[in-house]
Amino acid sequence: MSTKPKATPQPPEELRIGVFICNCGSNIAGHLDCKAVTEYAAELPDVVFTKENLYTCSEAGIAEIKKAITENNLNRVLVASCSPRTHQPLFASSCAEVGLNPYLFEMVNIRDQCSWVHMQEWDRATAKAKDLVRMGVAKASFLEPQQDIESSLNHRTMVIGGGVAGLSAAESMAGMGLEVVLVEREEALGGLARRLNRLAPENDPAAERIATLIGELEAQPNVTVYTGAEISSMDGYIGNFDANIRTREGAAVQEKIGGIVVATGAVPLNPSGLYGYDGQKVITQLELEERLRDDTCQAKRVVMIQCVGARSEERPYCSRICCMTAVKNAVLIKQHDPEAEVHVLYRDMQMYGPQRERMLEDARGQGIRFDVYNADQPPQVQPETVEYYQAIMGETRRIPYDLVVLSTPLVARDDVVALSQLLRVPIDQNGFFLEAHAKLRPLDFATDGIFVCGSARYPATVAEARSQGIGAAARLASLLFKDKLVTSALIAEINPDTCVGCMGCLDVCPFGAISYDPQKRICEVNQILCKGCGNCASTCPSQSARLKGFKPQQLLAQVRAA
Amino acid sequence: MLDVGRHPNISLMAYSEVEQVTGEAGDYTVTVRRKTRYVEEDKCTGCGACTEKCPTVVPDAFNEGQSYRRAIYSYFAQGIPSTHTIDPDYCRQLNGKKCGICQKTCQADAINFDKKDQLLELNVGAIVVATGYDVFDPSQIPEYRYRDLPNVVTAIEFERLLSASGPTGGHLDRPSDRRIEAEIAELEKKAKRSQKALDKFEKTHAQSTAEFYEAYQKGQVGDDPELQKWAAKYEDHLNISGPLEKLRQKAAGFSTAKRLAFIQCVGSRDFRFYPYCSGYCCMHSIKEAIIAHEHEPATTSTIFGMDIRAVGKGFEEYKIRGGNHSNMRYQRSRVAEITRGPDDNPVIVYEDTREQKVKSEEFDLVILATACVPAESSGHLAELLAIERDDFGFFKTDPVQPLDSTREGIFICGCAHSPMDIPESVAQASSAAARAVQVITSKTAPSGAKLRKAS
Repeated sequence: MSTKPKATPQPPEELRIGVFICNCGSNIAGHLDCKAVTEYAAELPDVVFTKENLYTCSEAGIAEIKKAITENNLNRVLVASCSPRTHQPLFASSCAEVGLNPYLFEMVNIRDQCSWVHMQEWDRATAKAKDLVRMGVAKASFLEPQQDIESSLNHRTMVIGGGVAGLSAAESMAGMGLEVVLVEREEALGGLARRLNRLAPENDPAAERIATLIGELEAQPNVTVYTGAEISSMDGYIGNFDANIRTREGAAVQEKIGGIVVATGAVPLNPSGLYGYDGQKVITQLELEERLRDDTCQAKRVVMIQCVGARSEERPYCSRICCMTAVKNAVLIKQHDPEAEVHVLYRDMQMYGPQRERMLEDARGQGIRFDVYNADQPPQVQPETVEYYQAIMGETRRIPYDLVVLSTPLVARDDVVALSQLLRVPIDQNGFFLEAHAKLRPLDFATDGIFVCGSARYPATVAEARSQGIGAAARLASLLFKDKLVTSALIAEINPDTCVGCMGCLDVCPFGAISYDPQKRICEVNQILCKGCGNCASTCPSQSARLKGFKPQQLLAQVRAA
Repeated sequence: MLDVGRHPNISLMAYSEVEQVTGEAGDYTVTVRRKTRYVEEDKCTGCGACTEKCPTVVPDAFNEGQSYRRAIYSYFAQGIPSTHTIDPDYCRQLNGKKCGICQKTCQADAINFDKKDQLLELNVGAIVVATGYDVFDPSQIPEYRYRDLPNVVTAIEFERLLSASGPTGGHLDRPSDRRIEAEIAELEKKAKRSQKALDKFEKTHAQSTAEFYEAYQKGQVGDDPELQKWAAKYEDHLNISGPLEKLRQKAAGFSTAKRLAFIQCVGSRDFRFYPYCSGYCCMHSIKEAIIAHEHEPATTSTIFGMDIRAVGKGFEEYKIRGGNHSNMRYQRSRVAEITRGPDDNPVIVYEDTREQKVKSEEFDLVILATACVPAESSGHLAELLAIERDDFGFFKTDPVQPLDSTREGIFICGCAHSPMDIPESVAQASSAAARAVQVITSKTAPSGAKLRKAS
């Protein structure tokens, strides 16, 4: 604690540090001696002003900080109180209001990290608070003024994928006044839903729903749609992406956009080799949809098998929508031909939510048979019958069939890896795009300015895809409704004079913010992409990469004071 | 919450209710009652000194009544805003008694007993309804004997028991044991008081109570009323300390709950109550079982359900992981009843459909995965907003516009819409925001006009 540093670098200017010690009512003052800490702070080098406050965050406390800065010409302010997470922005902006650069504010936490954890130890808690304050003052001495980084925002947006999710995102953004570029790989809009018959639980024709969505989009004046087109390259970052689109004619079109919504959907698994799939007598649920839509389904005895190629070792996830689809189609077959016999063999009927459970009850009421099978004893499709073990009766049964329908999961598209690399966004172990946070940011990527919705994220119903598409639109719009992008100045910088271009920092940057310039043979930080995590600074062998606000001299001053 | 509380474009009106809505999409006038907290919001710093001193003890609704708070309180520790509130139903001062301790304690001078409700009129273009849901009250199901059997709890009660900030600090102390411990504490208080009285007698008469009582029983002390009183006090004391000792012996054998049973579809998928599936309960039971196991590796969990519905992203994988690593067993069944076993252990009677046998199994604690039901206030709110509800009582939406209510400019998201989990609620909330912006954009700008020009 008292070992003297060998050569303490000197701060550049005359320092005038103000220290504010907060009582937080009795939260701090009840467990340690705030008066003693304040008196101690006054003795520290370059501290010209100290004040103990009942509540530094109260209006009176803030007024005292401002007054002290003005009257005492303070050029560094330290508040010793609670969590920077909750109060740092308040104190820093208060400093800025009276002309002190907010990056010259420093905070130490003597509540959560001191008084609260040392409640019965008055003397030791007081000593620790003194240590923390001394360390804070040491770091404050080396703080440098910084300017927030401002960058331009292009208010044009791009939606990749023209299925239900993409159409909804595009229509919603256009409806909010943003310009939209929609890129669809197929010749027509509508995605997977174009191949569907009717939509549960309302049973309205899918074609009509798609037509409505496309109609709504076309009614918007500020939408450009490219069909039969693909993204060939994507550069840039939030606010300023440069996209290259390869059009149907093979031409390359450039689009400058501010943000991206990924709505590339998913495809049903082809069950070749499973349960005797032949596309004739043993077909997929999607093929049944098409037969029902075209009124070519004549089968009298239908057996549906759920979880075909899903919830298995190879593909552990549940595809969410197939149970509902099976029930919907079973009922449609029954409605078309009340004499038809329909059996559904399932593992768990995933009829979540109010409407779906009712569909299941209705289906049972119409005489559709539901029987559970165990994953370790799957049904066997024989030439004339489907054989399965009926657990409740404890016997093996055979159901004769005209048609076997396999419910296969939605799986990620083949080209998802290529697209994820193009956009520099992650995918999960099942090939679906991976959101920033499973619960709190389900439509965001960790990469700023790019969002995800619909079955590209995870299998979704038409209503869910629509809802998510509109949600992704809101996420992107809330960024682009601003005139410019303002980000914190506390980011990394690489000294071009000392960088040897070893590229060690490239691998550790989780945000893809560092690039190598082969001409200059050095690494460079993109100011907008950098989030200030400090990985590069702690990796760089030549100490060329530095994190502003946490430079070695600042941290070492703090450590030496400990 | 913090982000919402600090956002420059959001005025947060907690502890407030909507009273009236007039106008139309793009131009609604909303009357909001800001209920008085009896605490000045701009002065209160949320330090909690008042709560420490308040003498009035009130069941803590946040902990599902499993612990106590004071009449001046903050609903929960991380609540935004952190402003404290006086509960007018319990506060002594507000009920005409002498108190005002919080006012004297508050160093920020924030307590104001005269503060009244405020009515505010807001002009808004669109309204988003995100009023959530209620938890089904399982005491309506006779066979589960909730409230009758102390060790049958709801999922949300269990959630509080598991929480480090909950009534048991995260330890799975059984409610029956906690009751006995509370009884012991109560008796100890009484015993202390009566011991004090006995001490006084001993001092005055310079004799130990035991000696005195022996003499008293032999009829050697005469009929001095003072001594009669002493004897009576001692008998009272014995009546306390005897049962106290017994309870203490019993409590010495208490251990935390380790054999857990989760019953799914409590009130859901049940034609007597709510026919629909609540969607999220399978996952929360699995989560609770995994956390309980992380907390105490000797914990075993059995989940009794019809189907285990793990339909969200990563859910099936989570379910399998729980089964493999957390001593968890999935039992396909519908539970017939819960009975009382020895030591207040609940016993579950169910049919094992795989073995075609009726079985019964004893547990330490049973957790009921209660249904997600429409909020009790939703009928009133529907009238106020002039929007319709569906057959179940959730706010009705359009299948083509899944966020739109039956009235233009009013949008629904989260469990006010239908039962759903957190990711879906969060996604829907964003969607509802987009729909609201679309209304405002189209109503305030000429058709087709752009808010922003492409640069």
